[in-house]
Amino acid sequence: MRYAMAIDTKKCVGCGDCVVACQTENNVPHGYCRDWVVENVTGTYPSLDLEFRSERCNHCDNAPCVRCCPTGASHKVEGGVVLVTHNKCIGCGACIESCPYDARYPHPEGYVDKCTFCIHRVEKGQNPSCVGVCPTRCLHFGDLNDPNSDVSLALKDRKWKVLAPEAGTKPQLYFLT
Amino acid sequence: MKEELMISGRNIPNIDPYLTIWHWQIPLYLFLGGLAAGILFFAGFFVVRGKESKMQATVKWAPIIAPIALVLGLGALFWDLKHKLYFWQLYTTIRLESPMGWGAWTLMIMTPISILWVASYMKEMFPRWDWKFDLLNRFEAFIIKNRISLAWIMMIYSIILGVYTGILLSAFNARPLWNTSILGPLFLVSGFSTGLATTIWISKDAKERKILGRIDLAFIVVELFLIIHLFMGFLAGSQASIEAANLFLGGTFTVSFWVYVVLLGLIFPAVLETLELWGYHVPKWLPPVLILFGGLMFRFIIVEAGQITRYIY
Repeated sequence: MRYAMAIDTKKCVGCGDCVVACQTENNVPHGYCRDWVVENVTGTYPSLDLEFRSERCNHCDNAPCVRCCPTGASHKVEGGVVLVTHNKCIGCGACIESCPYDARYPHPEGYVDKCTFCIHRVEKGQNPSCVGVCPTRCLHFGDLNDPNSDVSLALKDRKWKVLAPEAGTKPQLYFLT
Repeated sequence: MKEELMISGRNIPNIDPYLTIWHWQIPLYLFLGGLAAGILFFAGFFVVRGKESKMQATVKWAPIIAPIALVLGLGALFWDLKHKLYFWQLYTTIRLESPMGWGAWTLMIMTPISILWVASYMKEMFPRWDWKFDLLNRFEAFIIKNRISLAWIMMIYSIILGVYTGILLSAFNARPLWNTSILGPLFLVSGFSTGLATTIWISKDAKERKILGRIDLAFIVVELFLIIHLFMGFLAGSQASIEAANLFLGGTFTVSFWVYVVLLGLIFPAVLETLELWGYHVPKWLPPVLILFGGLMFRFIIVEAGQITRYIY
């Protein structure tokens, strides 16, 4: 099993619903977020190109945060999801430094927090809250090893890219372009 | 021309617009760790070489600073932790892949070794010193008997500690400025140089100071060489590395790095030490103070600048 997410940058309108849904679902403290929307404008006026990306933890196959964690608080569970055990985390910040996507933040309570792919929902057969709430249905989640999963079908006949592949992290967020 | 504009709705404290997760505690600790490693390495080195009587300050007096520096460094590290009450988790896990884990264990070994070393010289330094308990006296005799072995262990761990202060940073592939294997040797050499400077400052023996001054001069030259190598490596690297180097070659840290670290912290004290070796009178405290200042600045600048650099996507 390998959970992954595909984000359709052509469909995303940058409404930020995924951000709010996540904050509500996961009780993310005020001022913080586990997912966010990047608006990337390239080109020279008037021929500009705009790309919206709903970003979050990439749940990398080769996760630097798991490697550098001194206590094993950052770990991987079945499906390749990277999680943080709160009462094992000492808040040293090494994982935050190690993440090329800046996907982690120090929770005001001390431990380091990040996207969990809403594993508590996924275990019950539901989609992550950001996926469920997206009004343009631009987020696709599922098991990459299952050819009929939502994410596999989304990736099947579309071009895609991952962020900073040169970082060697083998990220598992696929951006459909 | 291609314009690029990135807007993100995020504004997380200490993460955006750029990372400031590690504040003054980490560079201070890296400095104190390197300083202690430098002092202890040469204390062990001269004992192994049988120069104990000629190098009194190096072997006996300067090492008093090492455990103090290590404990202060540990204090800074603890201060930096955001989930402090769980710090003991460091010592219930062994994770070979984690530099932070290596550091925690190295300090766990190095701090007691440094205390043992100083304790074994207490009676020589303070003739009226009394351990009060027979057990302690017997333990002291045991340590003194095995001093050469302790010196070897101390030298090896000093190197691990010195290199580790650089590897802690260089293991982070996400920060291009840190992600260079030269940082390990560079921090080792810089740490040893600050250790030597402290010992020179303490020593009252002109001959000892001369020997240490010569070694320190060699370390400064090696350090300058490594710094040039560091930038050569960056400029021959990826765009992310080039941008990291540009922070120091015209960017925000240009003046602070080249003036405070290279000029005042390395070249100027090297010139002064050379003049001293040639027999000119130089204030005894000046070269060590400059070297210590340069070493501290170096760590502050590298830690702060490294957190600004990142992959571009």
